[in-house]
Amino acid sequence: MQDRPSYDELLAAVEHFLDTEIVPNVPGSRGFHARIAANAIRIVRRELANEEDQLAAEWSGLDAVLGPAERPAGREELRSALQERNEALCTLIRDGDAGDSEAARRLFEHVQRTVRDKLTVSDPALLERS
Amino acid sequence: MPRKTATPDEVGEKLTAFLKRSHGAKSVRIDGVRLLTGGASRQTWSFDAVIEHADGRTDTLALIARADQRQSVGLMTRETEYRLLEAVHAGGVPVPRVHLMGDDSLGAPFFLMERIEGETIARRILRDDEYAGAREMMTAQLGEILAAVHRLPVDEHGLADALTAPIEGKSPAESELQRIEGTFRSIAPEPHPAFELAVRWLKGHLPASGEPTLVHGDYRLGNLIVGPEGVRSVLDWELAHVGDPMEDLAWVCVRSWRFGNDDKPVAGVGQREELFRAYEAAGGRKVDPAVVHWWEVFGNLRWGVICIMQARAYLDGLSKSVELATIGRRTAETEWELLNLLEGA
Repeated sequence: MQDRPSYDELLAAVEHFLDTEIVPNVPGSRGFHARIAANAIRIVRRELANEEDQLAAEWSGLDAVLGPAERPAGREELRSALQERNEALCTLIRDGDAGDSEAARRLFEHVQRTVRDKLTVSDPALLERS
Repeated sequence: MPRKTATPDEVGEKLTAFLKRSHGAKSVRIDGVRLLTGGASRQTWSFDAVIEHADGRTDTLALIARADQRQSVGLMTRETEYRLLEAVHAGGVPVPRVHLMGDDSLGAPFFLMERIEGETIARRILRDDEYAGAREMMTAQLGEILAAVHRLPVDEHGLADALTAPIEGKSPAESELQRIEGTFRSIAPEPHPAFELAVRWLKGHLPASGEPTLVHGDYRLGNLIVGPEGVRSVLDWELAHVGDPMEDLAWVCVRSWRFGNDDKPVAGVGQREELFRAYEAAGGRKVDPAVVHWWEVFGNLRWGVICIMQARAYLDGLSKSVELATIGRRTAETEWELLNLLEGA
């Protein structure tokens, strides 16, 4: 267990520094890239805050589409198992084997939910406009 | 290792010698050399040149040099781009006038063209008061310009062989879909179920198409120079090809090019109906909104694949750019828009 500040508190300090010291004072391409860097920090902070829930939700969503499977315990194992299951989902779509219209609707809604989760991390403002 | 970019002084020196040679000039003075955009492969330099001719006349020119640091397979050569700019200018499309085709003095193929002043940054065009009048006029202008692009007789200008065309025996839609799907499958580091849904829909709804025309291929905010009076110039012709003209009408409506003005599908400034009307009135093809819709779905898929491609340049160590790295996370916005478009279809 590390001491405070937590990773989120440290990242918040870097984000604040970029936003208030660098972006307004550095013109041109470097300032533009500083703005992008600050945004990258915001993406990472949101991902760290949401990742555990989002990976679990994606797993149970896939259970409903592909049939249930046992969820690996470790984060890395879960990530690579999710990648495999998503490849299976892609094959299902490519082959047109989504099943009846009810199954196809479930599949579509699952994909919609996972994309929504990605945007919650990468661009929540876009979701608010949708 | 990314190749080191030449300094403005080095470029200025070489361009001075080139202009002196080309014009047989008594003297050439170059000022204000700066790099406008510099990628690993292509660069755009801006500078001013004062040319004192042998007969004593003096010309002051605002110029752009477009250079290829390395020629990549499938990318348009600078020579083709030069000839294309000449041709579309003759066809009444607002583009910078080309000045001279380059030689090997920059150590890479290049050409010179006139520098048009104005704004290219989308957020300023869409938000600043200075461009309020331009925003009113742009939708119709965008349609009228496209009508002129699509009318250009590519064969007459000897460009037919230099430009990418549909795959033999396939329609433009089928060809472009096959190409983008091939790129997607060879570069995506992870599975994308939303793109699979889009590819399946696109394959199931291929549009019929008329006679292929010249297509700009990247017609959107960012590639337009805008002044308070409207569109001054269309830039970045390097993705131009022979294909379905509806592709351009749809690409300018892709959501990412609205920069937040979601209720104005045409480049964040206007409605599709007005674009189509102006395009038809200026002599463009008859527009079938269903065909444009197909190309808009395609356009979102294409932009999504380009996001992956740009992130790959970072992932593969070709670039350390924070911009290229974060663009990988913009893929999700194209997936979201694709699902919205498919849900309504």
